[in-house]
Amino acid sequence: MSAKTSSAETSAETTMSDRKAAALAAFKDLARDPGVPKPDPILVVDGVTRRFGGLTAVEVAHVEIQRGSITALIGPNGAGKTTFFNQLTGFDTADAGKWTFNGQSMSGVPAHRVARAGMVRTFQLTKALSRLTVLENMRLGAQQQRGENFWRALVPSAWRAQEDAITEQAEELLARFKLDAKREDFAGSLSGGQRKLLEMARALMVKPELVMLDEPMAGVNPALTQSLLGHVKDLRDQGMTVLFVEHDMDMVRDISDWVIVMAQGAIIAEGPPDTIMSDARVIDAYLGAHHDAPLSESELEEQLHQAEAALEAEIEEETQK
Amino acid sequence: MDWITIISTTVKSAIGVETVLYALAAIGINIHFGYTGLLNFGQAAFMGVAGYGLAVTVTVLGLPFWVGIGVGLAAAVLLALLLGAPTLRLRADYLAIVTIAAAEIVRLVFRSVQFRDVFGGSDGQRGFSDGFYALNPFPEGEYGIGWFSFNHRLLWIMLVGWVLVALSCGIVYLLMRSPWGRVLKAIREDEDAVRSLGKNVFSYKMQSLILGGVIGSLGGFIYGLAYASVQPDVFGTETTFFAYTIVILGGAARVLGPVVGSMIFWVLLVLVNGVLSEAVQAGYIPFMTSIQVGPVRYILVGLGLILLLIFRPQGIFGDKREIAFDVR
Ligand SMILES: Nc1ncnc2c1ncn2[C@@H]1O[C@H](COP(=O)(O)OP(=O)(O)OP(=O)(O)O)[C@@H](O)[C@H]1O
Ligand SMILES: [Mg+2]
Repeated sequence: MSAKTSSAETSAETTMSDRKAAALAAFKDLARDPGVPKPDPILVVDGVTRRFGGLTAVEVAHVEIQRGSITALIGPNGAGKTTFFNQLTGFDTADAGKWTFNGQSMSGVPAHRVARAGMVRTFQLTKALSRLTVLENMRLGAQQQRGENFWRALVPSAWRAQEDAITEQAEELLARFKLDAKREDFAGSLSGGQRKLLEMARALMVKPELVMLDEPMAGVNPALTQSLLGHVKDLRDQGMTVLFVEHDMDMVRDISDWVIVMAQGAIIAEGPPDTIMSDARVIDAYLGAHHDAPLSESELEEQLHQAEAALEAEIEEETQK
Repeated sequence: MDWITIISTTVKSAIGVETVLYALAAIGINIHFGYTGLLNFGQAAFMGVAGYGLAVTVTVLGLPFWVGIGVGLAAAVLLALLLGAPTLRLRADYLAIVTIAAAEIVRLVFRSVQFRDVFGGSDGQRGFSDGFYALNPFPEGEYGIGWFSFNHRLLWIMLVGWVLVALSCGIVYLLMRSPWGRVLKAIREDEDAVRSLGKNVFSYKMQSLILGGVIGSLGGFIYGLAYASVQPDVFGTETTFFAYTIVILGGAARVLGPVVGSMIFWVLLVLVNGVLSEAVQAGYIPFMTSIQVGPVRYILVGLGLILLLIFRPQGIFGDKREIAFDVR
């Protein structure tokens, strides 16, 4: 890491947490090559391939996720990020490949066992359980519930005490995510952003070691985004590892310790968030290989902002109709 | 018109054997469909294997009544395992297709000429209920006041039936307030979300299928014992559809919904039937014959159900708020 970036970091965050420092230290001096080995990987992926007919959606040769860090997975639409998540978490069957979580093989393990092992994901299209209350959504996330066994369920005294403890945990998390006022409402009555918050809070009820968030900030207003970002940083500070998919580069720069770039199914580059967007391979991936000249980081940002402004104008027009 | 007959049969039907056995079938469907979101269209087969399990064990094998009950229950569990194992991992509609086909297969096997020695062909089996009525604590006679009375046999089967209904409702009440029931309801909303939280969705769906099937199978026993016989065509597809109608009428995912639904369903059917047949006999409806009364009452009840779905889609007990969100 260059002196310039570390000074920028400290000025942005006057009190940089120990965990963040540790995470940044781990990434110091790492090569920028796709699949670069990490000092203490929690997740190691080898040769994962997924084809849909003739289309190869995912073809990841090798990638490692550093324990205790926030890693961003970015890439253009259709790059295969969600499909890659689906393979790793057992929601889809990979055509080939092996991966280990905490040294334990996870290839071919069904989704619920992956979650139990401590690797929990959220979905790009939020999955709130509509006709359950917010609190029930949260309680569902807790593991090893005695009352989830058929016979014990019939005897309330067998699970009451545990249920109370779970409820307490849930209330704490709900308060942290500013959802406590909604606790008795049906999840189906929440707004899109609130559902994102609920889904993330619910995933935390599992007490995961690795949290995989698929576009957690999509459709969330800027104020709420700030609080979500805060929550994600909290996760690292509590010792969890976070892998998240995000399109907004400002956010990626703000919270991630390391960025992995995917394009057309493959990992094409890795690197620290403040320099990754100036990597020629990344620019190629986002803008196509035949653009005129290599863009500087500021030019790229300019382009992105222009595109964003155009999009916003369009949306405004749309809503005014 | 004989209003006394119309009123007495109608009132009696509110607590009669039909109401009991359809309530049991519907409580099972409510567990499958109302709580878990499983489309089991083969509930009649669960009732059938139970009724025939009892009948064949007692009449053909000559074993005691209780063994017959055990065989019937085991058959229901086995049927759930057979139906669920290949289909519960697939999309919801596959279970619907497989169950409706399986129920027809079961009925046609009971009906078949090849197995006439075992199942009795289209006549079915009779003469297996003595063991049950031997346990009857009520001495021979009529019980009740005036026209509201039942003979000792009917009273005994109704008592047992309502105890079973009460027990089933108690079990559903306990389960659906527990974490186990929470997993079921969550599966109804979104299976993948439940998987992502570390629950074995397949196992819970199977448990739901077995539980609902076994409770439905109690309805099969009640039928066999009340009429002292089983015939294959009683366990046809329309029996399942009646059970669904009852669940929707009472309000899905409500503990007492199926019971109240069943009472209303049978009261309406019997009342409409009574009024129509009396009116036809008295010549008030010249364009109808008494043979047409049977089908017409179903048309009228169906019409009522359509109106209910339009004006009160959540059923009698349902929560209006829940209808506000898309089911999927
Ligand atoms: N079930 C499927 N059947 C066929 N093709 C699929 C399927 N799922 C994904 N794909 C294809 O795989 C590719 C990768 O899709 P994926 O959803 O993983 O992209 P993504 O990187 O998550 O994109 P986005 O940023 O837009 O969410 C796309 O080309 C998509 O069309
Ligand atoms: Mg995606």
